Amino acid sequence: MNRLRGALSALVISFVSIASAATAQEDAVTTFTLDNGMEVVVVEDNRAPVVQHMLWYRAGSADEPVGSSGVAHFLEHLLFKATDTLEDGEFSAIVAANGGRDNAFTSYDYTAYFQRVAADRLGLMMQMEADRMRNINFTDENVATERDVILEERNQRTDSNPRALFGEQMNAAQYLNHRYGVPIIGWRHEMETLDRDDALGFYDTYYYPNNAILVVSGDVDADEVRALAQKHYGVIPANPDLPERVRSAEPPQTAERRLIYRDARVAQEYVSRSYLAPERDPGDQRAAAALTLLAEVLGGGQTSYMTEKLQFESQKAVFSGAFYRGVSLDDTTFDVVIVPAPGVSLEEAETAMDETLAQFLVDGVDAEQLDRIKYQLRASQIYARDDVDRIARRYGAALSVGLTVEDVQSWPDILQSITPDDIMAAARDVLDRNASVTGWLTRPDTSEVTQ
Amino acid sequence: MTRLALALILSFFASLPARAEVEIQEVVSPGGITAWLVQEPSIPFVALELRFRGGASLDNPDKRGAINLMTGLLEEGAADLDARAFARTLEGLAASLDYDVGPDAVSVSARFLTENRDDAVALLRASLIEPRFDQDAIDRVREQVLTGLRSDAKDPDKIARAAFNAMAYGDHPYGSNYRGTLDSVSALTRDDIVAAHSAVLARDRLYVGAVGDITPEELGDLLDTLLGALPETGAPQPGPAEITIAGGYTVIDFDTPQSVAVFGQLGVEQDDPDFFAARVLNQILGAGGFESRLMTEVREKRGLTYGVYSFLVPRDHAATLQGQVASSNDRIAEATTVIREEWARAAAEGVTPEELDAAKTFVTGAYPLQFDGNGPIARIMVGMQMLGLPIDYIATRNDKVEAVTLEDVNRVAAELLTPDALHFVVVGKPEGIETSLPNEG
Repeated sequence: MNRLRGALSALVISFVSIASAATAQEDAVTTFTLDNGMEVVVVEDNRAPVVQHMLWYRAGSADEPVGSSGVAHFLEHLLFKATDTLEDGEFSAIVAANGGRDNAFTSYDYTAYFQRVAADRLGLMMQMEADRMRNINFTDENVATERDVILEERNQRTDSNPRALFGEQMNAAQYLNHRYGVPIIGWRHEMETLDRDDALGFYDTYYYPNNAILVVSGDVDADEVRALAQKHYGVIPANPDLPERVRSAEPPQTAERRLIYRDARVAQEYVSRSYLAPERDPGDQRAAAALTLLAEVLGGGQTSYMTEKLQFESQKAVFSGAFYRGVSLDDTTFDVVIVPAPGVSLEEAETAMDETLAQFLVDGVDAEQLDRIKYQLRASQIYARDDVDRIARRYGAALSVGLTVEDVQSWPDILQSITPDDIMAAARDVLDRNASVTGWLTRPDTSEVTQ
Repeated sequence: MTRLALALILSFFASLPARAEVEIQEVVSPGGITAWLVQEPSIPFVALELRFRGGASLDNPDKRGAINLMTGLLEEGAADLDARAFARTLEGLAASLDYDVGPDAVSVSARFLTENRDDAVALLRASLIEPRFDQDAIDRVREQVLTGLRSDAKDPDKIARAAFNAMAYGDHPYGSNYRGTLDSVSALTRDDIVAAHSAVLARDRLYVGAVGDITPEELGDLLDTLLGALPETGAPQPGPAEITIAGGYTVIDFDTPQSVAVFGQLGVEQDDPDFFAARVLNQILGAGGFESRLMTEVREKRGLTYGVYSFLVPRDHAATLQGQVASSNDRIAEATTVIREEWARAAAEGVTPEELDAAKTFVTGAYPLQFDGNGPIARIMVGMQMLGLPIDYIATRNDKVEAVTLEDVNRVAAELLTPDALHFVVVGKPEGIETSLPNEG
């Protein structure tokens, strides 16, 4: 009981100190835009002599031309090849020879390149990153070899992993008309045909300063970053013909979809369901905030509703959970999953999960649980100050999908303002079976095999 | 022209490596518990790292997996709180308590706010000193462990690693999965869990690092409150492992389009005078990102893989040099051939002065980048203590790397790298590879 009282008194204190924590975090962030349209975000933390330099392009797999799935990611690989002034692999070699690490990643809505290096090397990183924004110069041999590499990457990440193959089928069924239904790494048969023109076409459409966001975090000074950014990136002309990001939208989804994926390599069977869900929109983030809290309340941890009902009470599950990712340009998904306990069939597990969801709509939100979640969210702003690279990634991803700096900075307060009624309204809206896909991941049914 | 300019910048900066400014002080609590502390008051929280030497290698051989299951149960109820009450209390404090186990240590990584530090420490103390080990929690977590083991049995990476460890370390605890087997875990009783707890959580094998908003006096009191009631001693540490790696291939049939290969040979102990030369050598050979020899030859030139790496594995009781690669079933044979050729080339010809300079610049330049948060610094300090390194080691470590000469690296390459004794465990349906030992023709 002492512990509970302690926690409650801590809650009162926390309103004061955590408010100042949020201010401190915003004080550390500076944003500005170069004349050529490139947005810049600086997150300062001067405790260690380290800097992370990230360049985000508003171009991801969902921006690819039809028939060229995987080209955004393929181009990401090719950006480590030669430029007009650097040889193959020299970019990474220079970063390494300066004690740094570099890499890149591609998602549906963005492609990002980054280096972590000693703070006094920032100018060199910008010089090289600005160089490959417009000056890549790869050969047909590069294209052939690197295509083998991405096919091996697909082998490793997807084709060797039944859960990944299952997820790919789930996504394809979820999106009837939108490119989010196509995997980021690409469909194999289209990856096999990617060539130099595909990669250069994507590059020459999207790799310009007015389609990029520079995010620098660590031991830097905002004025110094501004001067360096102006010197290295500011001189690159904008692309006046940058296409608008228009994707084919989803029609109304009016039919529940179901699928069974069978694979002999499946060790643990489970049931997964995704529901089409709204994303965070500029100036309009309340629905997404309610869904973020819904995922926590319903299936976010050891004290969540699904865990209580399915793992502790009925013991139908060894694991259950709910997931939502609101940072997305277009409609995203809200997902629930149940991994059945031994002796529980997938059918029983799915029924138990559906009964739990239905009961949640009756029971509503536990106010104490919501208070704990909101307290954790406030505390996470204190912990975040120990990891400015993470703050930097948050800005990069958000700005890449069209959110603004104000949207990022108001998000914590919006989360705090969400009421139990908001969460229940979001739950009733999103848990619509007509806009859902239910999938079973299972082993081949050997009982029906005839010789 | 620009390439030349870059080279000039490079050599200018290379002479000025960044330094990590980490001021460590040793704190001894009134009750005699030692910790290393970095005071960092600018953010109101503390990261605390505890490590108990021995970890899962202290398992009773007949009860394999007991220490792993015990560690998983520390957060499943303590003192008067059952599992659910424990979880609610922890969430209400916005603290995080992560319990982990490995072949050499059980570790606890804690993070708590200044404003409710006493409550968080009380909860952590309860989990370490007064875990409940309720039967329903044992059964529930046991099922999670069994689920993981069943997944491992169908995961090519895990299958390959398990087979390699069994071959390399034999009967030593390193040779078997510390999470146990389906049979051993299924048979564990509550008494076994209690015995595992007293085997590993003892003061004579405890190492502590703390970073954050706390004074030495406050930390001293915290240590006594948190850990003073631990027993003085636990189970004896295991002896050295006898490493038995012969060259050749082990093929394990598994129906998947891409084969995974885990490979390795004898390595170098961390207290060996040649350790830094070996560290630099491995940087050139396969530890690097895109610029290592293995990545260059296997991925960049031939497109045989998405990734290939080698790494030193200096454990408390055995040192190996290992690596991993994955390639399509029809290309894995070529990948392993290229790797063995690179092994032989490095052993015979050594490395170039340019490679050595680049590797040393990377290894020294990357070092300060690791000290980038309270939690990482706490973990590094505990690692230093477990290796018996002096408290001023951070300031001198890069000098040891700088002192490595081309002669050192090439001598170590010739002595250490044994291409004929490099063994590959391949899981998949590899074409052109069969299980073989070197003397079987």
